[in-house]
Amino acid sequence: MTVPEGAAGAATATEDAAPLLSLRGINKSFGAVHVLQDVDFDAYAGQVTALVGDNGAGKSTLIKGIAGSQPFDSGEYVFDGRQVSVTNPKHANELGIEVVYQDLALCDNLDIVDNLFLGREVTKNGILDEATMERRAQETLAGLSVRTVKSIRQVVASLSGGQRQTVAIARAVIWNSKLVVLDEPTAALGVAQTEQVLRLVRQLADNGLAVVLISHNLNDVFQVADRISVLYLGRLAAQMKTKDVKSNQVVEVITTGRSDAIGGITNGNGELK
Amino acid sequence: MTAPTKVETTEKHVEETGPSNPLVAAFGNWWARVRGGDAGSLPALLGIVALVIVFAALRPNTFTNAFNFANLIHQAAAVIVIAMGLVFVLLLGEIDLSAGYTAGTAAAVMGVVVTRWGWSWPVGLLACLVTGAVVGLVIGLLVAKLGIPSFVVTLAAFLALQGVLLQLIGEGGTIAIRDDTLRAINNNDMPVWLGWALFALVVGGYAAIVLRRGAKRRSSGLTYEAIQVTLAKIAALAVLLGLMTYWLSIERSRNPAITSIKGVPIVVAVLLVLLVGLTFVLTKTSFGRHVYATGGNAEAARRAGINVGLVKLACFVIASTLAAVGGIMLASRDNSISPSTGGASTLLYAVGAAVIGGTSLFGGKGRIVDAILGGLVIAIIINGMGLLNQPSSVVYMVTGLVLLVAASVDAISRRRARSTGRV
Repeated sequence: MTVPEGAAGAATATEDAAPLLSLRGINKSFGAVHVLQDVDFDAYAGQVTALVGDNGAGKSTLIKGIAGSQPFDSGEYVFDGRQVSVTNPKHANELGIEVVYQDLALCDNLDIVDNLFLGREVTKNGILDEATMERRAQETLAGLSVRTVKSIRQVVASLSGGQRQTVAIARAVIWNSKLVVLDEPTAALGVAQTEQVLRLVRQLADNGLAVVLISHNLNDVFQVADRISVLYLGRLAAQMKTKDVKSNQVVEVITTGRSDAIGGITNGNGELK
Repeated sequence: MTAPTKVETTEKHVEETGPSNPLVAAFGNWWARVRGGDAGSLPALLGIVALVIVFAALRPNTFTNAFNFANLIHQAAAVIVIAMGLVFVLLLGEIDLSAGYTAGTAAAVMGVVVTRWGWSWPVGLLACLVTGAVVGLVIGLLVAKLGIPSFVVTLAAFLALQGVLLQLIGEGGTIAIRDDTLRAINNNDMPVWLGWALFALVVGGYAAIVLRRGAKRRSSGLTYEAIQVTLAKIAALAVLLGLMTYWLSIERSRNPAITSIKGVPIVVAVLLVLLVGLTFVLTKTSFGRHVYATGGNAEAARRAGINVGLVKLACFVIASTLAAVGGIMLASRDNSISPSTGGASTLLYAVGAAVIGGTSLFGGKGRIVDAILGGLVIAIIINGMGLLNQPSSVVYMVTGLVLLVAASVDAISRRRARSTGRV
């Protein structure tokens, strides 16, 4: 970046504080295929950053690298002001990074509380502490303004698609995480449920979390995202603020990779790189 | 409160007193769950009641007497314990076809150690349990680490262990069990006072646990069961177990002057310890939670950081070790180990017991108590048909039919569960 952090757009300094997650010059190859080439990516606390791009652009590879399940080959990974090396999912979780994958990974035969704490159960003297888990589950759901769930002791199989998504997201934030990556959270949902989940996504950012939203649906993106990053064939085609661009301009970047229409690759603050 | 024999009947009885009654509300919730496809223990309980009524009507003198009741428990014990182990494997959505011969082989090892080598019975028991654990470890490693389907691995183990059993028994045809302690396990009874002490311990312990849990949830501001419902459950358990203990405590010897037979069978205490211990493991520990998670969605469990391979391995070890315990009961009952110990239909009865009790063959659903209820259903059929002087052919056909009915109940409740969104 040619513009040092914090120097750009001094008028909006509070909004553009240093990014929580900052990736620089990320590369990743699978054999001969160079999937990510010198990608830069930022995500800010309290903001929703949309990651868009056509199929095969490298979105999944990028988030798997962020999550540590497929570490990057090279590049700088700065989280919360510190350079870190995230080489496995546990490490990412310890930093406060959670990923909600598209298939949600919920156990249908367990209830909501069980799913929220799956793999990280609260125990007292080796015995499951159900009361504590139930109370924390209630608090987390209340903090997300979730009121559609009848009982948190009902099995997940009995929930609607939107409610299941809610449970998966709640699981990501119950551990006081700082960055939540959502992979296509609205892909399989109806109109009303999409609305419900998008409201939740916005709520996460308003609660102070950095949210990375992967989506194919630009309507969703424009509804909740503060920033949009476009990947095109493994390169960062553009990084911009939602309010500076129009939907058709983003579509052009996604499909052609050329960002002439919006004045080339910007640094996210509307200035040319 | 009038003493109820079953919770449901009490709640039905008070239904007229008004919808605000917590017992009625609890009954309504329970009935809604049953209609939604979560029948729990209901089919097995209804099965037990129906079978008892039928056999009691047909053989009023022989079926319902205390002697036969104790006999029934001795017959059911081994199948119940093996089924308890199978619950762990079935919860994963796997199967263990070798559990029957694991029981036989482990019992044969015990026989060799105690009868042929003349070592003491604790060494024999230990050798038996270790044999079971080793068999489970091998099966578990092949399934969890190598990824061979459990059906194939345990089918191979079924055949191989049959050979091992023959090899251990050798030319003689049987290994006799002469040790008094080993014989006592599944033949003798506790003194009458000890039976009542056990009764008091079980009912008192259950009451203490559920009342304390209720109080804790109430003080934590969480939803809790109405106190009337809790008390009704405690009362129902007390009456049911009280009747059983009373029935087993009366003299059942044909010649009381020569030998007195009375008291709760020792094997009941063993079953209770296993029931409480294993239920605790499955419902109150992280490991138990991980077993259900692995059976429900193995990939989700893996991504949640659960070591799915280790969970599977542990379940197979537990299952085979419990099969070995079942083997002890078989050997104790027969006073010997023969090539057919744990063979024939032992395994199928055990699988049937778990499924009849309500454990799903599809994984993720099941409880330890299922093994007891289902095992009793099967034992009652075998016992009752025997008293009716029916040939084995008919017994097998009826047992098969009952298993089919149980599997249908499982399938139907699953379909209902899908349509109402439960599992």
